[in-house]
Amino acid sequence: MQDTSIFADQYEEDFQGLCATLPDWSSEFRNEAMLAFKQIGLPVNRKGNEKWKYTNARPIAEPQYSLAKFEEVDLDAIKRTAPWHESWVNVVFVNGQYQGTFTSNTSSSIQVSNIASDDLSQDIVNSVGGIVDYSDDGFAAWNSAFMSDGSIIAVPDGDNGGTVINLIFFNQGSTGTVNHPRVLVKSGKNSNVNVIENYVGGGEHRTLTNSVSEIYVGESSTVNHYRLMSETDHTYDVGYGRVKIDTEGRFNSRVFFRGCGIGRYDLNVLVDGENASCDLQGLYFTSGNQHMDNFINIDHSKPNCQSNLFYKGILDGSSRAVFGGTVLVRKEAQKTDSIQSDKNLILSPNAEVDSKPALFIYADDVKCAHGATAGNIDADTVFYMRSRGVDLETASRLIIYGFAGEVIDKVEIEELRSYLEEAFLTSLPNHRFEF
Amino acid sequence: MSKIDKLLEVKNLRISVEDTEILQGINLSIGEGEVHAIMGPNGSGKSTLANVIAGRPGYSVTSGDIVYKGKSLLEVDPEIRARAGIFLAFQYPVELPGVRTWQFLKSAIDAIRKDNGKDQLSVREFDQLLEEKRNLVEMDPDLVKRSVNEGFSGGEKKRNEILQLALLDPSLALLDETDSGLDIDALRIVSHGVNIFKSPQKSVLIVTHYQRILDYITPDYVHVLVDGQIVRSGDSKLALELEEKGYEWVRKSDGEKVNS
Repeated sequence: MQDTSIFADQYEEDFQGLCATLPDWSSEFRNEAMLAFKQIGLPVNRKGNEKWKYTNARPIAEPQYSLAKFEEVDLDAIKRTAPWHESWVNVVFVNGQYQGTFTSNTSSSIQVSNIASDDLSQDIVNSVGGIVDYSDDGFAAWNSAFMSDGSIIAVPDGDNGGTVINLIFFNQGSTGTVNHPRVLVKSGKNSNVNVIENYVGGGEHRTLTNSVSEIYVGESSTVNHYRLMSETDHTYDVGYGRVKIDTEGRFNSRVFFRGCGIGRYDLNVLVDGENASCDLQGLYFTSGNQHMDNFINIDHSKPNCQSNLFYKGILDGSSRAVFGGTVLVRKEAQKTDSIQSDKNLILSPNAEVDSKPALFIYADDVKCAHGATAGNIDADTVFYMRSRGVDLETASRLIIYGFAGEVIDKVEIEELRSYLEEAFLTSLPNHRFEF
Repeated sequence: MSKIDKLLEVKNLRISVEDTEILQGINLSIGEGEVHAIMGPNGSGKSTLANVIAGRPGYSVTSGDIVYKGKSLLEVDPEIRARAGIFLAFQYPVELPGVRTWQFLKSAIDAIRKDNGKDQLSVREFDQLLEEKRNLVEMDPDLVKRSVNEGFSGGEKKRNEILQLALLDPSLALLDETDSGLDIDALRIVSHGVNIFKSPQKSVLIVTHYQRILDYITPDYVHVLVDGQIVRSGDSKLALELEEKGYEWVRKSDGEKVNS
């Protein structure tokens, strides 16, 4: 077995340099994370590693990266690559570093602070890293040691105006650079917030974006979380999301993957209060040689909760997608109602999906279902459409758009939904089903 | 044969699926304005006939021809047949998840009009037409906003077929067991839609196992199909006779073929 600590060791010098520039509150936290990173390394040994069974992390792990440097970017260029609305709180990061906040919305009392700030409340400081488990894999530890910028979103109790906070992580790093965005969301009692995380940009350079998001869904509050990934075939993106839902809280996640070379999103939701629920939906479109791995865990630890996991994939070219969805219903979690499905539309004989929905149930009074499908469109469907005068090209387009639309249609923020319709649907291939 | 110019002529048609011959030499002529019913027991090949006319892939024509408006259909794609005025109401209408009914029907009518040299309907014109036809089949307005047939009941799916018939306004309507699975109210609505459709220029071919739908839509001709052959043809009285005596009465083994 290869000594995995080399991955961390090569970043020791960068680490020391970074620590000198960042606020004191984080130094103990960073040192712990660095230590964990050295012990665990990166998950390049796949044998016996169920978490990385279908994705080879070696191409991501092997280069020695330098930390990406900030470079101011014209806002018009940003607006061309990401959704944007003046009424939203738009927070722009370039190469992982904060550029600025742009909004016409001054009414919200939601605090959006920078993680590099040294005047954070003790409550927030204590929450950073609170639901990240370094033993999972080295990427989260790496981010925790190196995070230098990112957003902390604190929603006060009762703030239920549905403010949209649009975080744009614009990547134009040079070859061989890494950036470590960090997001923390904490919603107060009876509050409501929308958070969009955009990972966009890219270009011709081989870069790595290694993000961690922690989301605490407070009692009787709702967090709608959107994650858009739209970079280029040259970029790697590893995302790590940890969510903890308190009593009667509601977490809605919508994940849209439009492209990067190798992508991975590890989302873990702990349904940790009675009558809490989560609704996780995703749409991934892979093409060329892209690879996208959605690794999702829902952990039910309290009774009377619901979860819905609904992902759809469209695969073209020689691309590969992975869906690993696991729902764990612990012994205490009676009356859990959980459903999960992953459906894939495969447009090319060279594309492949590994879809592994799984259920582990230790409670005896639950309602759970799961399923996965992968395939082409059946001949009946196409004949039905053609028998109405619709030609093959149009029929194929209606089917593919319809397939994707099932997820996009449910986006409740109108401006975001239109953006996705534009950005996502128009990028779908002009495929023609043959019969 | 009463008319010289036939809308559809099926000539000695033999159809196989894999190595099984399903239709064994069918001859059928449908003139303008005529309503024909094809009756037969399960597995007789009656649905195959309707589907082959509409161009469903998967069947091989081993001999014979299907001539529509004077031209052979055999090499013609199903969408081209549809644009030329052939409509098949499916026995099992297909669900199209995510494909909105409105979008689908607009695409269909646009394609058909374009092929016939007509201007595209504006959204407003289309909405008015859709609303008119939806009322005709008494369909819930919410259903046209949903994905095509998804989550529709059996009766709603059949009504949606008749809505499409009314909207696309073909020359020849092929109804493949449209009556199956319908309660009396739905059957009345569906039949009403077909009766509104039929006119001196429009023809209908009803494929059915039971005589029931023919109480509502009176056929000019009834053909009985058994084991891939038309064994009897007659007027609407034949359907009643068949209902009374059962299909055994006309089986080929009777050795008696009657053509009217």
